[in-house]
Amino acid sequence: MAVVSQEAQVRRAATMQLSFNRIVLWVVGLGVAVLVVWRIAGTAAQGLYGPDVWLMQTLNGLVQGSMYALVALGYTMVYGILLMINFAHGEIFMIGAMSGYFVLNGFHQSGFLATNPVPALLITFLVGMGVPPIVGVLLERIAYRPLRRAPRLVPLICAIGASFFLQQAVRLLFGIRTKVYPTVAVLSGAWTVSVGEREVRIQHMSVLIIVITIILMVALYLLVRKTKIGKAMRAVAEDKEAAALMGIDVDRVIMVTFAIGAILAGAAGVMWGLWYKQVIHTVGFIPGIKAFTSAVLGGIGNIPGAMMGGLFLGLVEAIAPTALDISTQLKDVISFGLLVIVLIFRPSGILGEVLTGKKA
Amino acid sequence: MNLFAIVRVGIRSGLIVGIVAVFIVLIGMVQTFAKRYLTGDLTLSMVILLAFGLAAGALAARQVTKSSPHLGHKVLAAGISGLITGVMLAALLFVISQVSLRDVLVNATPEMVTALSLGLPLSSAALTLVGMTVATAVIAVLYGLAPPRLRRALLEGLMAVILVGLFWEAIIGLDVSRLVMKFLGVKAGKVLPLPGAIGLLVVVGLATYLLRARPHLNTTPTRPKSSSAWRYISLVLIAGALAALPFAVGLFWSQTLTTIGLFTLMGLGLNIVVGMAGLLDLGYVAFYAIGAYALALFSSPASSLGLGLPFWVALPIALIFAAISGILLGIPVLRLRGDYLAIVTLGFGEIIRVLALSDVLKPYIGGPQGIMETPPPYFFGIQLSDPRYLYYLILAACLVVVFISLRLNDSRIGRAWIAVREDEDVAQAMGINLVAAKLMAFAIGASFAGVGGAIFAARQGAIFPMDFTLFVSINVLCLIIIGGMGSIPGVITGAFFLIGLPEVLREVDEYRILAYGAGLVIMMLVRPEGLLPSARRRLELHETEAEEGVAYGTR
Repeated sequence: MAVVSQEAQVRRAATMQLSFNRIVLWVVGLGVAVLVVWRIAGTAAQGLYGPDVWLMQTLNGLVQGSMYALVALGYTMVYGILLMINFAHGEIFMIGAMSGYFVLNGFHQSGFLATNPVPALLITFLVGMGVPPIVGVLLERIAYRPLRRAPRLVPLICAIGASFFLQQAVRLLFGIRTKVYPTVAVLSGAWTVSVGEREVRIQHMSVLIIVITIILMVALYLLVRKTKIGKAMRAVAEDKEAAALMGIDVDRVIMVTFAIGAILAGAAGVMWGLWYKQVIHTVGFIPGIKAFTSAVLGGIGNIPGAMMGGLFLGLVEAIAPTALDISTQLKDVISFGLLVIVLIFRPSGILGEVLTGKKA
Repeated sequence: MNLFAIVRVGIRSGLIVGIVAVFIVLIGMVQTFAKRYLTGDLTLSMVILLAFGLAAGALAARQVTKSSPHLGHKVLAAGISGLITGVMLAALLFVISQVSLRDVLVNATPEMVTALSLGLPLSSAALTLVGMTVATAVIAVLYGLAPPRLRRALLEGLMAVILVGLFWEAIIGLDVSRLVMKFLGVKAGKVLPLPGAIGLLVVVGLATYLLRARPHLNTTPTRPKSSSAWRYISLVLIAGALAALPFAVGLFWSQTLTTIGLFTLMGLGLNIVVGMAGLLDLGYVAFYAIGAYALALFSSPASSLGLGLPFWVALPIALIFAAISGILLGIPVLRLRGDYLAIVTLGFGEIIRVLALSDVLKPYIGGPQGIMETPPPYFFGIQLSDPRYLYYLILAACLVVVFISLRLNDSRIGRAWIAVREDEDVAQAMGINLVAAKLMAFAIGASFAGVGGAIFAARQGAIFPMDFTLFVSINVLCLIIIGGMGSIPGVITGAFFLIGLPEVLREVDEYRILAYGAGLVIMMLVRPEGLLPSARRRLELHETEAEEGVAYGTR
C-alpha cells in the first residue's frame, strides 16, 4: 500500500509542477497575444500604409521565405532521419552563396555574363548547387557518422564546432572582404502594377526566385514520394534498423539526404546573393537559425511543413515590423520570439512533427 | 597484405594528409608563422611543414600495422604517403608561384611562396619539399618502432622544446626572469638559443625516461583512495602559488590573468548548466552582458540611472539581475528537448545583443555607445584598477565559485542535476523536482556569469554591446568541453589554454575560432569526455561506447 501511495504522490507532484508551469506560460502567452493584437489594431486604425505597401511587403516576404524554406528543408530532412540539428547547415548555405559569387564574378569580369546571361546564370546555379553537397557529404562522413550512437549532446556540439570551422575556413581562404554579386542586367528590370492610385514594382528577380523555389520543391516532393531512394529515405526516417534489415544501405541514404539538403541550401545561397547582392563568411549564421525556426514552425521532420514554415516566417518578418509599427532593427527579435513561442505552445509545429513515438 | 594494398594505403593516407596540408597552407598558417622562431633558425612554419610528413608517415604506418607487422611494408606505405603529400605541396608551390590566385585565395601571396620554398629557388625548393616529407614520413615509422619508454621521453622532450621556444619571449619578459637574469648578469636574446634547446631536450627526455618507468598513455594514474585529502592539499598549494603570481609575472601578464580568471568564472557557471545539468546553453553570454550592464547602470554616474553606487553595492545587484534573468530564460524552456534548447538559448543571446544595440533601449543603456565611466572597485581605500590588484578580486571570486561548485558537485542538488542530465523521465520518477532543479541550474550558472560580467565592466571602465558577441559563448563552451565537461580542474585548465595561449601568441588570434571549431569536432570524435574529465563523465561515455549490442544507428 505504501508503495502505491508513494507513486500517487510522485504523480501528483509531477502534475502540480507541470500545471503550475503551464499556467505561468499561458498567462505570458495571452499577454503576448493581447499586445500583438493591440499593436496591429493601432497601426490599422492609424491607416498609415496603403495596400501597395502591404503588397510590396508580401512579395518581399515570399522571396525571403522561399530562401528560408529551401534551407529549412535540409534541417528538417536531416532531423527526420538522424534526430540531430545539423548546426552547420547555415554554413553550407553560405558556401553555396560563395561559390555562386566566384563563378558569377568570373563571368562578369570576362564579359561572358553580359553577352550570354542565361548560360552564365545557369552555370552559376549549377556550381552553387554543386559545391555544397560535396562539403555536406564530407561533413557527414567525417564529423557526424562516427557519432551516430553517441549521447545526444555530443553530435550537437560537434555540429556547432563544424559550423565555426567551416565559417572560419571560408574567411581564411577567401578573405574577410564582403563579396558583392555583379548586377545581372536581364534580371534587374521590374514590372509595374498599379494598386489604387499607387504603383507597385515587381522585380523580375523576385519572380525568378519564387519560380525556382517552386520547381525545386516539386522536384523534391517527387523525389521523396515517387523514387526508390525517396522511399528508402522515408523508410530510414521511420525506423533505421528495420530499414537496414530490408536491405537498405542506411549510410548511403543518409549521405544522399545530406547531399539533397545541401543542394537546396546551395540554390538558396545563390538566390540570396542575387537578391541581397552582398555575401560574407558570416552570411549563413542568421539565415541558418531562421531556417531552423521555419523547420520548427512547420514541425521538424515534416517536409511540406518546412516549406510552409519558411514562407510563413518570411511573411511574418516582412510584414510584422510594419504591422506592429516597430523598428525593423527588431526583425530578428520577432523571429526568435516566434521560435520560442512556437516551441513552448506547440513544440510539434503548425503542421505537426513527423516522429514516431519512440523518437520524441 | 599484398603490395598493391600497401601502395593503396600509402596513396590514400598521402592524399588525406596532402589535402589537409594544402588547406593549412592556403589559410596562410605557414607564412604567418614564418617569423616565429622556435630555436636558432628553426621557425614554426618549418615545424608545421615537417609535421605534414610525420603525419603522412604515421597515418600510413598505423593503417598498415593493422594487417601487417612487416617493417618493409610500413616503410613503403609511409614513403609513398609522404611522397604524395610532398608532391601536392610542391605542386601547390609551383601553381601559386606561376599563377596569381590572389583574387580568390587571399593568402596565395608572394609571401606564401617565400615561406613554402624556404628561401630556395623554385625547382630545388620543390625537390626539398618532397624529399623532406618523404624523409619525415619514414622517420615517423622509425619513431613508431622505438620502445614506448624512449618514445615517451622523446615526445616530452620535444614538447618541452616547442613550448619553451614558443613562449621564450614571454618567459624572458616576466618580471621574475628579469630579476634572475639581472642577478646572473646574463642577457637573453629574442630566440631560444640552439644549445639551450638541445640541453632542454636532453634534460626533459632523460628525466622522463628515468622517472616514468612504465608509460601509461591515456590511462589514468591510479591514485590512492584518500584522494580528497590530496586534492585539498594541492588546492592549497596552487592557491599559494596563485597569490604570488601577479607580482612575479608583471603588468601585462596580470592583465591576461584577469581575462583568464573572468573566463574561468563563466566556465564554471556554464559547467553547472551544461556539464552537470546537461542543458546546452549557447546564449550564455547574455548573462555576462546582463551582469555587466547591471553593474554599469547602477555604479556609473554617467548611466541613465546616474546612481553612482559603489562597486560592492552594485555587484550583488548585478548578481541578482543575472540570476533572475537566468530563471526568466529557464521558465519558457523547461520542457524543451536538448537540441531545441540550444537553438532557443542561442536566439536569446542574440535577442539580448540586438536589444542592446537597438534604438529602443538606447535612452537607457546607450545603444552602440554603451555605458561609460564604470568606476573601478575600491578595497579599504585601495583602488583596484591596476590589473595586479584586480587579479586578487578575480582570484577571490574564482575561489568562491570553485568552492561552491565543489560543494554543489557532491550535494543533493548536484546529484539531481546529473540525474536530470541522464534521463529526465527517470529523474522525475525518482522524485526530483524537474522545475526546481533546472531553474536552480540556470540561476546559479547565470549568477556566476553575472559576477564575471560585473567585474569585467569594472575592469574595462566602459562597456559596449560589441563586447558580448556569440563568440564569448562559444569560447566558454569550448573551454569547458576541451577541459572536460563537469570537471572543475578541466575548466580551469581549459581557460588557461584557450584564453591564455592566444594572448601569448598573437599570430594565433587569426586562427582562434577556426581552431576552436576544429577542437570541438576533434574532441567530440576522439575524447568527448575532455582532457581532464570528471571520473563520472568518463565512465558514462565509455559505457556507451562499450554497448556494442545496441541496435544499429540509434542513440
